[in-house]
Formats: sequence, structure tokens, C-alpha cells
Amino acid sequence: MLSMLYAIPDVLVFAGAALLILGGGVGVITMKNPVHSALSLIMCLMGVAVAFLAQMADFLAAVEIIVYAGAIVVLFLFVIMFLGVDKSLHPHVEPLVGQRWLAGAGVVITVAGVIALMANSHWVSGVLSVSTGGTALATGAGNVTQLGDSVFTTYLLAFEATAGLLIIAVVGAVLLARRERPEDADGEAPDESDEVRESETVGVDRAFDSAEEVES
Amino acid sequence: MSVPASWYLVLAALLFGIGAFGVLTRRSALIMFMCIELMLNAVNLTFVTFARSMSDVGGQTTVFFIMVVAAAEVTVGLGIVVAVFRRRASTSVDELSELQG
Repeated sequence: MLSMLYAIPDVLVFAGAALLILGGGVGVITMKNPVHSALSLIMCLMGVAVAFLAQMADFLAAVEIIVYAGAIVVLFLFVIMFLGVDKSLHPHVEPLVGQRWLAGAGVVITVAGVIALMANSHWVSGVLSVSTGGTALATGAGNVTQLGDSVFTTYLLAFEATAGLLIIAVVGAVLLARRERPEDADGEAPDESDEVRESETVGVDRAFDSAEEVES
Repeated sequence: MSVPASWYLVLAALLFGIGAFGVLTRRSALIMFMCIELMLNAVNLTFVTFARSMSDVGGQTTVFFIMVVAAAEVTVGLGIVVAVFRRRASTSVDELSELQG
């Protein structure tokens, strides 16, 4: 009966995407090892990319894989490997009694409420869009063109603002992750840093000297 | 006829629920960050679904910006996790109790 209503390939693509998304999502919160959680996250993001492709968001599907699976999850994995796997935090320990049941009940009520609300409003959010004047969404290269037009004309100010946001994020991350030297804690930071700088230059000179010795 | 938008909206709501449950129950800061990513992706899926059902590319543009903000958020968040780990040698959020009154 289902196949009479909707095209079979579309239903299969949706089923595959849903399986990847839900399986990956459940894997993220149930896996004991953080590395396995990160790999489940990749699976979930692949499913989201499939769902994007099925809904005429070709460019975003590519960006989803390149940025999320390629950059963000690798960053997660890098930090996990850098810090070491913390075995004491496995999900079977429950410090607050009943917390899991309360969280589950709250999530179920919220999700069921959202779905009931959407179903009661016939799955639309309100007024129809006017920004594209009713032109259909394109796929493939046309989708990239449409999205580029939108980003660089209508949303140009927001695009420029994201450039500032990324700069701030990079500087903040470098500042946070920078290792402070133990001498800095004594409150003699300027002198110490000068000494460090001198010793570093001395070291470089020595390196140059030894290189010259090797050459001669 | 392709799959109706409501299926994708329900799927996105379920994914958001999974992410919210993870943030509420897991103790590792890294896992909590991953669950926040799950919730962001659920919202992205909703935006793309509405972009399709209303034939408006603005929804996809919004997803584009959400991805940029998510990347910035992860960068700073993981920097904070590394900085905290350096002092506490743990990523458990339960042990971060210095600020309690």
C-alpha cells in the first residue's frame, strides 16, 4: 500500500537515512568508549547528508560530509586521543538516582508534544515564503548557484559576520589551549618571558653554530 | 510522489530527542559536545525539510550559517575541555564544582 502512495526509491532512501541517523544517534549516547561515540557520530552525519541529498540540498550534503565528518569529528577524535580515553565515565554509572528516568520522560514528553503540535498545524509553520518568488529549488549545480546567490546577496552581512566569528573562535581556541609555562604562575611573567626568549635565541644561535661546524 | 515532509520532521524530532537525552544523562564533556552536534543536525534537517516543502533556498542558507557557528562552537568548546583537563585530569562535568556556593 505504501508503494502505491510514494515512489519506492524515495521510501528506500528515507528508510536508509533514518536507519543511519537513529542508529548513529543511539550509538553516540550508549557507547562506552568515546572513540566509538565519535565513529557513531560520523554514521549519523552520513545519514543526515543522505537526507539532505534526498531533499534537494546537494551543496549542503557535500558540506555536511566535508565540514562535519571531515573536520569536526576529526577534531573530536584528536582531542579524545590527546586526552586519553577516560574509562571511569562509562554510561552504566548513574550518580544521581532517577536522573535517567526523569530525563527520558522529559525528552519523550517534549518530542511527542512537538510532533503533536506539528501534526495539528498540518506540518507547516505559517505563511508561505516570498523570498524566492515561488521558484522551485534546483538540484546539482543549480542548487549551488541558488545558494551562492542567496549567501552573497540577501545574506551578505551575515556572511561577513561569520568571518569575524571564525577569527574570534580561532584566536580564542589558541589562547585557551596554549600551555602556560610554570614560571608564569609566580607573577614574574615579563622577566621570565624575556629570559625564555633570550634562552630560545641562544638555543637558535647554538643550533646555527653546530650547523656551521657540521658544514666546516 | 516523493516522501512527505512530515516523515523527515518526525525523524528530526527523534534525533533531537536522542541528543537532548545524551546531554541530560552523560557525564563526559566530550560526549555532551557530540550530543549538542546531534541536536544541531536535527535542526538542520528541519530547516532543509522546510526549504524543500516551501521551495525557499533561505532555509538552506540558514543551515549554511548554522554549520559555521557549529564549527566555531566546537573549536572553542574543545579548547575549553583541553584547558580544564590540564588542571583537573578529567573530562567529567561532575567534578567541575569550584564555582558552587
